Amino acid sequence: MSFNLRPGVTSISEQVYGLHMTIFYICCAIGALVFGAMFWAIFHHRKSKGAVPAQFHESTKVEIIWTVIPFVILIGMAIPATKTLLAMEDPSDADLTIQVTGSQWKWHYKYFDQELEYYSVLASDWGEVNGKLSKRANYLLEVDRPLVLPVGKKVRFLMTSEDVIHSWWVPDFAVKKDANPGFINEAWTIIDKPGIYRGQCAELCGKDHGFMPIVVIAKPQAEYDAWLAEEEAAYQAKQAQELALVAMTMEQDELMSLGEKVYEKSCAACHQVNGEGLPGVFPGLKASPIAVGDVSKHIDVVVNGVPGTAMQAFGKQLGLKELAAVITYERNAWGNDTGDLVQAKDVVAVQNAAQ
Amino acid sequence: MSTISEVHAEHDDHHHAPRGLMRWVLTTNHKDIGSMYLWFAFAMFITGGAMAMVIRAELFQPGLQLVEPNFFNQMTTMHGLIMVFGAVMPAFTGLANWLIPMMIGAPDMALPRMNNWSFWILPFAFTMLLASLFMEGGGPNFGWTFYAPLSTTYSPDSTALFVFSVHIMGISSIMGAINVIVTIMNLRAPGMTYMKLPLFVWTWFITAFLLIAVMPVLAGAVTMVLTDKYFGTSFFDAAGGGDPVLFQHIFWFFGHPEVYIMILPSFGIISAIVPAFSRKKLFGYSSMVYATASIAGLSFVVWAHHMFTTGMPVQAELFFMYATMLISVPTGVKVFNWVATMWKGSISFETPMLFAIAFIVLFTIGGFSGLMLAITPVDFQYHDTYFVVAHFHYVLVTGAIFSIMAAAYYWLPKWTGKMYDEGLGRLHFWCSLVSVNVLFFPMHFLGLGGMPRRIPDYALQFADVNAIVSIGGFAFGLSQFIFLYMVIKCIRSGEPAPAKPWEGAEGLEWDNLPSPAPYHSFTTPPEIK
Repeated sequence: MSFNLRPGVTSISEQVYGLHMTIFYICCAIGALVFGAMFWAIFHHRKSKGAVPAQFHESTKVEIIWTVIPFVILIGMAIPATKTLLAMEDPSDADLTIQVTGSQWKWHYKYFDQELEYYSVLASDWGEVNGKLSKRANYLLEVDRPLVLPVGKKVRFLMTSEDVIHSWWVPDFAVKKDANPGFINEAWTIIDKPGIYRGQCAELCGKDHGFMPIVVIAKPQAEYDAWLAEEEAAYQAKQAQELALVAMTMEQDELMSLGEKVYEKSCAACHQVNGEGLPGVFPGLKASPIAVGDVSKHIDVVVNGVPGTAMQAFGKQLGLKELAAVITYERNAWGNDTGDLVQAKDVVAVQNAAQ
Repeated sequence: MSTISEVHAEHDDHHHAPRGLMRWVLTTNHKDIGSMYLWFAFAMFITGGAMAMVIRAELFQPGLQLVEPNFFNQMTTMHGLIMVFGAVMPAFTGLANWLIPMMIGAPDMALPRMNNWSFWILPFAFTMLLASLFMEGGGPNFGWTFYAPLSTTYSPDSTALFVFSVHIMGISSIMGAINVIVTIMNLRAPGMTYMKLPLFVWTWFITAFLLIAVMPVLAGAVTMVLTDKYFGTSFFDAAGGGDPVLFQHIFWFFGHPEVYIMILPSFGIISAIVPAFSRKKLFGYSSMVYATASIAGLSFVVWAHHMFTTGMPVQAELFFMYATMLISVPTGVKVFNWVATMWKGSISFETPMLFAIAFIVLFTIGGFSGLMLAITPVDFQYHDTYFVVAHFHYVLVTGAIFSIMAAAYYWLPKWTGKMYDEGLGRLHFWCSLVSVNVLFFPMHFLGLGGMPRRIPDYALQFADVNAIVSIGGFAFGLSQFIFLYMVIKCIRSGEPAPAKPWEGAEGLEWDNLPSPAPYHSFTTPPEIK
């Protein structure tokens, strides 16, 4: 592990690193002086050596000197700090804008002016967390879909949140900005070097605060353009596929096995694998009025969330097939034997009703 | 001195106080109340410390081994709340109760019945807070700073208990502060002018004003959390026209002065101990007073340095950066004055002085990291990492708590009439000193390396340093039992202490009172020349 701040890969992060080291050295120098004088006194002016106490106990001159000198040192620190800060807080003239939305406990990236948006969640397996699987090299710092950015372009980030306050932090860019629900914050970066950069959520955002990594892949412009074109095409294909799904009917086995996977990935963090939830924190689904009651109400809760609670809207996060599968799973697992099979068209019906 | 002691013995004979348990329940005596505050603070120190041990045990290696993330968050929250409101603040109030009347030549605190109340409501507040851990959904899990909307929309049902216990702690603190102010203003012995007050009294006088100014702000913040959660208001909910960042402004307008509430009395303690064991008068008494007052004043205009990442206009960031950097000037003056006090003294190294010297060095290190944190562009990198955790534990543990330890050793002979075991004191000091640095120093590296705070599990690169930190934590926790044993041994079987056991000690409590200090001291005010 690095024992010091990293210089990072942007001109701002290098300035920040320079400031950090300058102030660190100044502190070391002051410390050496003050502690040196103190230990000199401890060593030479000790009673056991027969030291006789002097009688002085004030000196206006000395006291003024050690008020004024630190003040001058502070001015010396404030000048470069001000310059860097002014540069950091200028997000104008960006080449590309990304909206970053935090929610418990995932990041959503939306490329402005492009047909592309997706979620990015922790890729480490829960088996690695609880010690059942051995931990991979980038344990807790890996995601299923990293944010991809071009090198050498000014990227503006718009930060916001859907629930609590999160904070988007990539140390190598020296970018850390809170994602506040209902408000939008700005930050920016120009990445100098291609590479993979990792960070984490930095504001206590609930129980899975430690499991909300950020991975950014910086690519040269040409590679980035190719990636973008591919992703946009895939995104459009998926939208078309979603439309086709409405006319299809899936079998129970397929719905249940896909539903279980989706549940473990998207729902088990709160409602737990056994569907019992965390009493007093997250409600259980086993024998719950929603999971065994009216199907359309259940679909509505999953698709649109429940405002004012931790229950998010999954309508955008999951595809129609996944939504249908997970709702079917919830209605038929852990003894919730409703026998209901939810199809994509049922989900669409609820979505249309909401609009 | 013997005549003083006989006169007091006679006075004590006329005293018709209840005995047994009711002596403590009904007492209005500043010494009884001071002792109860100190014992309560120690009990909370051990309780909050036990929670820190849970945290360190879970963080001993990567992965989740012992506790669930939700319980981990409850532990970090409760650890913070208990240490701030249950350990450090009551310990200082206990010291104020014991020492202020003895230092200014007063018979007792000015409002003794209120004093009894301000102590006795505390155990109820903390019982309620601790009981919330056993509620369905668990105790508060949103950090001691309880940022909305995590503490409103997304908090467990025990939030109401949390809010009410914070209200009670706040009421207790305000009552204690009123008592300190009224006592200092009205009960000083004739001739004890403000510029003759011992620095401990001065620092508490200023602290008390800070408390009265900011505790109502905290009360407001928790009440707004309460109404947002249970009564449908939207102070901090954007969907209802509120703003979650407003919460942080209100919280830190309380919270920043609060951190000075937890350090200013330390400055007073160190300013008593360093001269005593250097056998030299404190250097720059008046600049110490002015420095304390300027720190207190500045503490009101720097709150947003806790919130640089929330998104503020750049002008505000600049203002809060400059104002925060300025605090290092008066703080520096204090440190320089202590060093100048030691300079050309005749220094001896009894346990209180050891703790005082460690305080000066380690608190200054905490001050340096504080200065680094003040630099806004770099703060973006440090914010909410272990660098911050290292910083505030240096100022709160090796600062506030070390000074409380120093005070306990220094005044223990006066309180109990017995000398403590110097060997045990030194053992406690060296164990604490080594372990506390193993505990907190590597946290700087964790923070710089990129480990966020308040995470129950971490990336593999942080494993070795976390293991070292945890070992330091367990060692520091265990070391505190030496202190407990030392105090009990002192009370039960210490050698009798003279009225002034420290050669260089100065003040009414040493010169005009026997050891132990009689139950009622200064029934006639002493003359101050």
